[in-house]
Amino acid sequence: MLIKIISNEFNPWKYLQEHELQAGKFGATATFIGTMRDYNVGDTVKSMFLEHYPNMTEKYLQQISDIALQRWDILDTLIIHRVGKILPGDNIVLVATWAGHRAPAFEACRFLIEELKAKAPFWKRETLIDDKIRWVNAN
Amino acid sequence: MITIKFFASLREEVGKNEIQIETSEQLTIAKIWDQVCDGIPLPNHVLMAINMEYADLNSLVEDGDEVAFFPPVTGG
Repeated sequence: MLIKIISNEFNPWKYLQEHELQAGKFGATATFIGTMRDYNVGDTVKSMFLEHYPNMTEKYLQQISDIALQRWDILDTLIIHRVGKILPGDNIVLVATWAGHRAPAFEACRFLIEELKAKAPFWKRETLIDDKIRWVNAN
Repeated sequence: MITIKFFASLREEVGKNEIQIETSEQLTIAKIWDQVCDGIPLPNHVLMAINMEYADLNSLVEDGDEVAFFPPVTGG
């Protein structure tokens, strides 16, 4: 299990490669990558700031990773999440699961990203093209 | 000593980042909000945590705890 909150741009493929399990031991890798759009609710977005609750965020991500590892027949999990200033095109989140077969890998990966979006304490603040700043209030 | 933290848009609405209070009695989270938020009604959507675990308005806070109030989350 790997959980990381990072404040710099990251390459999800590099993390996947580095974290990959021993060849032959797994048959499926499911991944989700969330990337920043340059638009939201009809407006052009120039940049975003992602705030989080240090330590509670990691604790919550650890809890949902533990649940996923207990609930599904999977081998490992990975969650990487950006905080700080983010630009359109930057990756925000990477979730990955490894398993013997695709069904538990897909299901656990979906569970992790849905739980993260529903309850992990992160908050987005957008800067629009006209420099207006607003908090994103729905996920 | 109880530490109370506010995050994101709620920090701006309440005008506080982090405060500490001394209390000799056990308080619910709802009472903590009333004590520190100068009559601002608790918004319906607010989430809360004690020691970094989700809690609710009736959860009891003890000396040494960290309480947090924050708006609905928008990560991912």
